[in-house]
Amino acid sequence: MPQRAAVIGIGQTHHSVRRADVSMPGLVREAALRALADADLTFADIDAVVVGKAPDILEGAVMPELFLADALGAAGKPMLRVHTAGSVGGSTGVVASHLVSSGIHRTVLAVAWEKQSESNAMWALSAQRPFQPPLMAGAGGYFAPLIRAYIKRVGAPLDVGIRVAVKDRQNALKNPYAHLRLPDISEETVRASPMLWDPIRHLETCPSSDGACAVVIGDEKMASRGKAPAWIRGTALRSEPTIFAARDQVNPQAGRDCAKALYAEAGISDPAKEIDCAELYVPFSWFEPMWLENLGFAPEGRGFALTMDGETEISGKLPVNMSGGVLSSNPIGASGLLRFAEAALQVRGLAGEHQVAGAKMAIGHAYGGGSQFFSMWAVSSERP
Amino acid sequence: MPEVAVVAFAQTKFVAQDLARDEVEMIREVVMGTLSETGTQRRSLGFFCSGSCDYVQGVPFSFVGALDALGAFPPISESHVEMDGAFALYEAYVRLQHGDIDSALVYGFGKPSLGDMGDVFSQQLDPYTMSPLWADPDSLAAMQARALIDAGIATESDFARISARSLSQATSNPFAHHGRMVTSETLLDAPHHRAPLRPSDVAPTSDGAACVILMTRDRALDLSQKLGRKVAFIRGIDHRIEPMQLGLRDLTRSESTRIAAERAGVSAKPVDVAELSARYPHEELILRTALGLTDDVALNPSGGCFGANAPMVAGLVRIGEVASRIFQGQAQRGVAHATSGPCLQQNLVCVLEGG
Repeated sequence: MPQRAAVIGIGQTHHSVRRADVSMPGLVREAALRALADADLTFADIDAVVVGKAPDILEGAVMPELFLADALGAAGKPMLRVHTAGSVGGSTGVVASHLVSSGIHRTVLAVAWEKQSESNAMWALSAQRPFQPPLMAGAGGYFAPLIRAYIKRVGAPLDVGIRVAVKDRQNALKNPYAHLRLPDISEETVRASPMLWDPIRHLETCPSSDGACAVVIGDEKMASRGKAPAWIRGTALRSEPTIFAARDQVNPQAGRDCAKALYAEAGISDPAKEIDCAELYVPFSWFEPMWLENLGFAPEGRGFALTMDGETEISGKLPVNMSGGVLSSNPIGASGLLRFAEAALQVRGLAGEHQVAGAKMAIGHAYGGGSQFFSMWAVSSERP
Repeated sequence: MPEVAVVAFAQTKFVAQDLARDEVEMIREVVMGTLSETGTQRRSLGFFCSGSCDYVQGVPFSFVGALDALGAFPPISESHVEMDGAFALYEAYVRLQHGDIDSALVYGFGKPSLGDMGDVFSQQLDPYTMSPLWADPDSLAAMQARALIDAGIATESDFARISARSLSQATSNPFAHHGRMVTSETLLDAPHHRAPLRPSDVAPTSDGAACVILMTRDRALDLSQKLGRKVAFIRGIDHRIEPMQLGLRDLTRSESTRIAAERAGVSAKPVDVAELSARYPHEELILRTALGLTDDVALNPSGGCFGANAPMVAGLVRIGEVASRIFQGQAQRGVAHATSGPCLQQNLVCVLEGG
């Protein structure tokens, strides 16, 4: 029987295009120290450390968690490094939670980060593989055709993406840690921004950010001290291959299966009703309606209606990306854990200006690769 | 906490350079090997976890293509660590403690012939203070070997004895490529490679993959009965890391291995066999002491890393080699060790027992 586990501390950096003011140890410690302070703990109280980040080519340092061991207080402790592409921040949270729910450790520090200003992220993500023709440059080049397929499939009006971009960017103004804070954002400014990969405009695209996120996960006893814990009600991971004839990359089976497994573990039978808010991995605006369908919040073909009806605003029926989401901050390795952490902040009542009133159950979601890796968790203010 | 057993193990015949196969083809061989040997349906497995390193493969997201080897559709519950497959096994072991699934498949792969591992691992250091020195692993290892000699703990003759034994033992390992029959006297005649280490004191670099299947107790014992052979229960598994900076550690000892061994309960009962991820002879001396192994323990009967040494795989192979001997009834209790980082910075210890 798994033990109860809860998020008892959360910290993140001020995300920006280039954190030239800190070294890599400085960056991860900024998040870790905030999480420890939030949990009213020190490094000495941590039993194990789980580090997650995306490809090391983004910093040009091979397995950098090794040299960060003492900066993260891990000397003499177990340390793992998770790498599951874009979903890694989420997988990091999942692995860390299992170290506690298994009963192996009492208090675990999870840190996910990226200092991608050390390289050129767009080209790092466009690696040329042997025997494969170069089909695109940058992640958006891969996803734009999938988005066009979605639009055609469901007959969505073309300004759905613009709505999402405005919403997430306005939400970011309420998040002091967000990278992109654009007070003048409006549908007009988004529509007027350059088209990068049709239909994705510049202002509908995630930034490239340096940043880190840290969470402290504790067992029941640890959760009973201090501030309101976010109880972890379920976790799930699913993967499918990149290229396979039976894949539906627009509405991936792995995403649907991941959500189903999560809801089953968390005892959720009607996600739209029982989940108060969601932090979903939306790096390009149109992924909001696509994921709303993929995760079962809306019937297939109707995800965009939730967006256009304003239901995904902080004041709506199903707030999505109250923090500003990946569209506002995207340190690639950290983004998944930021979703997980922001969900936990909501149910702990600690989301400040971007708090959803009375949020009790929230989900964090991350995806990676060619829409093939999915990691999710459900957190609640109520002890299971 | 559910008991977990290693029930199957497969490894490729390691080579210095696999010109014919890519990573996916190597992985497929070992995955299909464990599945067919045990008659296990892939779809009956609850979790998959792998270990590999993008920089070894020379491309970001190098583990993604490996899903082709698993036939990951319908989608699978899967994860990956940028570490040796032994640590992927640890993640799978933790996952199995949840109690909702009864099996996991773990694999590791490395095709270092694609690049220069001396260059690659010289960048697996502190990027601000160490990487600009481009210090390759053999040079750093030589410093640790020198520390042992200066402390009066070992001599170059001790090193030659261990290397000769390991290389010779590897000749009886059909999966190793680097073994040869040698005496320590012959080895001592050769000039130094990185003093005080000679070329024969350095493990090779190999291409290959390995795979392990884990099962929880009931399913493991059912399989054991069906196959008519033992399975190897994990009685203890732990790993610890030390600071990377060499000046912050006593290089003559492996404190992280000592702690991991204690937590894994190595000395609770007699040990029949030990497989250590020593890439140099001085590492074997340090690890033996840290693990508290007595002279009667059969040490690296496979030849250890001296016979074959694929980065991100060697540690998982050590676990598999101990498990294999337990399967065949050659040993009842064994210790396997995996390592990462310069000069034994991070170490994993796994205790296996026949059941």
